[in-house]
Amino acid sequence: MESRIRIFLLASGAAFSLAMLPPAAVHAAAADAASTAAPSQDGDNDSESQPPVIEPEVERRKVKTPKIKTSDFEIGGFAGVMNVEDFSANPLYGVRFAYHISEDFFTEATLGQTTVSRNAAEIFFNFDLTRAERQFTYYDLSFGYNILPGEVFIGRNRAFNTALYVTAGVGSTRFAGNDEFTLALGVGFRALINDWLALHIDVRDHAYRSTLLGLAKVAHNLDANIGMTVFF
Amino acid sequence: MRPILLLLLIAPILHAGTVQGAEHRLEVQVADPFIELHTGPGRGYPVTQVVERGATVEIVRRRTEWFQVQAESGVRGWVHRRDMARTLEGSGELLPVPDPSLTDFTNHDWEFGLEVGDFGGANAISAMGGYSINENLAAEIHLSHILGSETNQYIADIGLVHNIIMPDIRILRRFTPFLGIGTGVLRLEPKARFAQQLDSRTDQLAYVSGGVKFYLTRQFFARAEYRWHVIFTNRDDNQEVEEWKAGFAFFF
Repeated sequence: MESRIRIFLLASGAAFSLAMLPPAAVHAAAADAASTAAPSQDGDNDSESQPPVIEPEVERRKVKTPKIKTSDFEIGGFAGVMNVEDFSANPLYGVRFAYHISEDFFTEATLGQTTVSRNAAEIFFNFDLTRAERQFTYYDLSFGYNILPGEVFIGRNRAFNTALYVTAGVGSTRFAGNDEFTLALGVGFRALINDWLALHIDVRDHAYRSTLLGLAKVAHNLDANIGMTVFF
Repeated sequence: MRPILLLLLIAPILHAGTVQGAEHRLEVQVADPFIELHTGPGRGYPVTQVVERGATVEIVRRRTEWFQVQAESGVRGWVHRRDMARTLEGSGELLPVPDPSLTDFTNHDWEFGLEVGDFGGANAISAMGGYSINENLAAEIHLSHILGSETNQYIADIGLVHNIIMPDIRILRRFTPFLGIGTGVLRLEPKARFAQQLDSRTDQLAYVSGGVKFYLTRQFFARAEYRWHVIFTNRDDNQEVEEWKAGFAFFF
């Protein structure tokens, strides 16, 4: 830009002085001015005709996501007690699988099984459940919300990250030969023993519509369990 | 069942060996005046350490939006994605931290979801998985458990879904309507007290569907779907069943 202005001033200066000069001198000076102006035109054409002195290095950067180990999944087992309405409270065993969507929300699948023992309901109503019918098996697909994150302290030097969470889900319960649509509401406590191992304490209600003993009602089956999970 | 459960209970202990064998980790340099290290992967966990500009940290693992890092001093802490996105890789470039957003909603490979609904008057629970063949076309698998008053039904189906990409208007971009067609098998089992009147059977079915996906946040969206099923029974007439379901899903 600057060089163009200079050339313009030179050219106009030359034109002014030419007006004062005799025709022969004008001719020579005009040729001179043209030669002065010429490099600017050459400069414009340069990039097309000749290779530029400096090659612009616009090598496109490949955005490659570096491999970082993620551990959003959690798998483990639990054991506890389950109380089956109208029947008995018995040991419960189960497995848990969770996916953490964000620091607040997670989805969880649980599968649990207990076996009701011979109980008052059977004696009173005079029936016998078969061995297979005694198996009370449920699965839940739940959403969880970490409601109260915190820490617990054991002694002077140890602190563990914890979270109190609530879960709500749907699932199915198989008991006495029937599958029932089940709503599962629960509250749980998770303590991270280290970066990948967690301890869970859960209480959950599995509610379904039951007509098993001849009376249509909503049966609430509560379980309390302790479990361990691994993050991976 | 019990041996499997016991195995799962002791799995954490077996897992220990594999985790300890630390592999080569990515190192990044702090470019902000400092980054804050939380004690846990969440905003509620306290900040107990900071790492200053120029220092390098090793990335140990990522959980949701949090990165566990190890400072040169050996101190570990959790750093939010926002802060990690302003650290530098060895090449001096900013660390690329993927952050799913609305643009990925119409352009992703995998999606998984859970839906609950009504299948001809019975409660239905479905788990679904889908793979995008291209921007418009996806293959989907649904596994459903239908809990009726007289029967239990299980459906496994596979289908093709056409996602209708909405015009690029802010409010509409959150919606993706879709149309689908597919086929599957239905297993029907009567409940115990109806076992005398009804037989277990397995039939083939076909369906057409229509629905909408609504983007919520990050990789998270809601799905609602209507399906019209034809069940090819071995009786004189085929059975037609309407299904409504809605739920949540996430994409990768």
